[in-house]
Amino acid sequence: MSDAEQASDFDPTTTVDEFEPVDVFPSSEDMDLRPGADNCYKCTSCDTSCPVAEVDESFPGPKFQGPEQWRLKRGEDVDIDDSILSCSNCMRCDDACPSSVPLSQMHNTARGEYVEEHMDKLSREYLRNRMLSNYRTLASIGSKVPRLANFVMGLGITSVLGEKIMGIPSERDVPEFATETFRQWFKKRGGSKVTNPDKQVAYFHGCYSNYNTVEVGKAMVRVFEEFGYEVLVPKQQCSGTPMFANGMLKDARREAEVNVRELGKAIDNGADVIASCTSCSMALRQEYPELFDIEGIEDLSEHTYEAMEFLRIHEDLEGTIRESEVDPQAFAYHAPCHARNQGLDRQAVELFRELDGAQIEDVGDSCSGISGTYGWKSEKYETSMKIGAEMFDHMEHAEGDVGMTECPTCAMQMNHGTGYEIRHPLELLEEAVAN
Amino acid sequence: MAIREDVIVIGGGLAGSVAAIEAAETGASVRLVTYKKSTLRHASGLIDVLGYNGSDDPIADPFAALDDLPDEHPYSVAGETAVRDGLDRFDEIVGDTYGGSHTDSNALIPTFGGTVKPTARYPAAAAAGIASDDRPMLVVGFEGMTEYNAGMLADHLEASGVPFDVEGVECSLPGTYKNDSRVTRFAKRLDINESVEYEGRTMGAREALIQEVEPHVGDAERVGFPAFLGDEHTDEVRNDLERELGVDVFEIPMGPPSYPGIRLADQLKTAVDEAGVRITAGSPVVGFEADDGEIQSVTVDSKGREVPYHAEEFVLATGGLVGKGIDSGREEGVTESIFDCHIPHPEDRYEWFDEQAFGDQPFAHFGVRVDETMRPLTADDVPEFDNLRAAGGVIGGADTVAEKSQSGVSLATAVVAGERAGEQVAKHEVSQ
Repeated sequence: MSDAEQASDFDPTTTVDEFEPVDVFPSSEDMDLRPGADNCYKCTSCDTSCPVAEVDESFPGPKFQGPEQWRLKRGEDVDIDDSILSCSNCMRCDDACPSSVPLSQMHNTARGEYVEEHMDKLSREYLRNRMLSNYRTLASIGSKVPRLANFVMGLGITSVLGEKIMGIPSERDVPEFATETFRQWFKKRGGSKVTNPDKQVAYFHGCYSNYNTVEVGKAMVRVFEEFGYEVLVPKQQCSGTPMFANGMLKDARREAEVNVRELGKAIDNGADVIASCTSCSMALRQEYPELFDIEGIEDLSEHTYEAMEFLRIHEDLEGTIRESEVDPQAFAYHAPCHARNQGLDRQAVELFRELDGAQIEDVGDSCSGISGTYGWKSEKYETSMKIGAEMFDHMEHAEGDVGMTECPTCAMQMNHGTGYEIRHPLELLEEAVAN
Repeated sequence: MAIREDVIVIGGGLAGSVAAIEAAETGASVRLVTYKKSTLRHASGLIDVLGYNGSDDPIADPFAALDDLPDEHPYSVAGETAVRDGLDRFDEIVGDTYGGSHTDSNALIPTFGGTVKPTARYPAAAAAGIASDDRPMLVVGFEGMTEYNAGMLADHLEASGVPFDVEGVECSLPGTYKNDSRVTRFAKRLDINESVEYEGRTMGAREALIQEVEPHVGDAERVGFPAFLGDEHTDEVRNDLERELGVDVFEIPMGPPSYPGIRLADQLKTAVDEAGVRITAGSPVVGFEADDGEIQSVTVDSKGREVPYHAEEFVLATGGLVGKGIDSGREEGVTESIFDCHIPHPEDRYEWFDEQAFGDQPFAHFGVRVDETMRPLTADDVPEFDNLRAAGGVIGGADTVAEKSQSGVSLATAVVAGERAGEQVAKHEVSQ
């Protein structure tokens, strides 16, 4: 049993209104991470798996950020090192550690503490990070007037102002809002076309499939209906992924409370929870129980699946794919770090190899470098692109000139670095099975 | 029942990877289930077969020494053919990126402690450092690297009686680094020849390193560096250094982080993929279902949810005490982590170790005992399960660290376990 699986008593979210460091962190000794720190035997597996340490010499690597910093913090007068903000929360160190040291949990708690105690709440960096973390809020406003928002965001002046005022790199194209959100589409079609009280799944679409890539959400619904599932779309907030990565644990907890409650109702009625974004499923499965103590949070963790993973386990997905066919097409597939951490990094490649018409090539183990909001910060842009260079190179050498990945921000980075169109595995699966 | 293969191999190190490839060669569908990064990634990358057997003198020909090993030694159980087959399979996987396949004899390779290690196969990057060669050598170290001191290394090598002159020099690493990420960062810089500031100028990392080392080359005809000359493009880095310095350049295997180990792990992964083996990585096997002496499925913990993976044959390649295939505790004694296979060990914990740190340590021999088809045996000498085989560090009966036989044992047992597992599947198919 990994230490990472136990919720720590550390709760940075208790007092919200009047910020009192002493109250927020009554005693950092409460972080029950000692066994994890003690398990580290300094084999450096985490350091050699860290995409940031490889390209940024000012970043001391996960071994320092995790067990070493945790130990240093036991002493008086030792503050969290500000390099914690350079961790991209790719969580590869978790996957690397042969001793199951809960590295990302240590990083998340340290980052939360750093942001709470040491970051100026009026600084540009804090405000920018807060805005990026709360993409859902931004998107829900933008998507009310999608055409206007897309027009404004596409203006050169907007991009210059974004760089100057907010620290958003002008090199990046802000993703377009869909003219109809996934939820609007789902409501308009009258919900699920299948009614089946015995086979229900609750779809956690996350923010991006709802506001931006609604075709992924539609594909998910059609594929699951094809397999006889009734798809429910409960009320939901952001999974919290960008908030963990920015140390905004109060925001994350606020969202988590809604998600645990609303998805919990569906679970109580016999449904399992399906996500199409691997960072969303990662948050619900691992980070929630690691960081928060909310009633029902373990239940949610145990009932959450990535979409294709669910079908692989519960249906004969491979058999179905073997009997299917699509128009000839070739993909350069990149496994998101968060898919890797759920043991899903080979899933799409292995399944689609069996699909007539499709060619798929894994472009390797490297990280895309964007890590959600990380690559959306001017000061991290260069690091982000340096990390991504290996993936871009491998994509260009792959036969396919269409990219494929489960993660929406990896998709942005893949597109940004190569100009390729990027698709989600569910879209190809829809083409294969739902016609 | 959705996840089903012919053969499931548990563990993705040297033994697991080779067993999976071997099984796939028989035509079986194979899935490799791995949990965390393998200990192979912090190993030296050297492939040793048998370096020592109880004496301080290294063994020249490991094959000639196999007969002297005790009956319970994995080599004695698997047989010499298995050892040779294992090396053949390895040679096929790594191609010309490794040397040593031209002879049965051990090569002597300098290590970062200043000793020479008898080994059967070595990375091409280490070849020019071989100790039987009498060309004068320069060893380069870097200030601030605590694990490696070039002067001390050179002194140790000379003291061990090598037939060449060796000098050591401490250089400074071009660029600035944090302690913990120095090695990985510099390796990456060399790999992509990224620009660094050196002596007030901006230049490629390779050029900066060349300029730093050049004044010290002197009469040396070969120059050794700690093994971090690049990652993916290590040949290019070495070639650039050789061309500009006018000498042969080699890497000296060092402790973690170990690029030779990482590169080998990456090569094995590619080979496993090319053999058509499927991979589930990042998820531990936490249990199993058995019926009538046969394992039906293993239970994979997928972030807190238990998913059964079915197969006809299973290979256990989870490693030893360090790899965590073997566990120990005050109450439980010494246990095999997944199937609880029998591991012979004294009941009294104080008999697990010898008080001399470098004595013959009983714990080093801990591991499952196997029959000639690599099936783990119970205390009564019958197979634990008809369809479970073991490979690599989880097998006991030898102190592979002291005798320098770890890789050879992994290869020999893996080819037998993998091949037998594959063959059994084919037999079942014929009989059905």
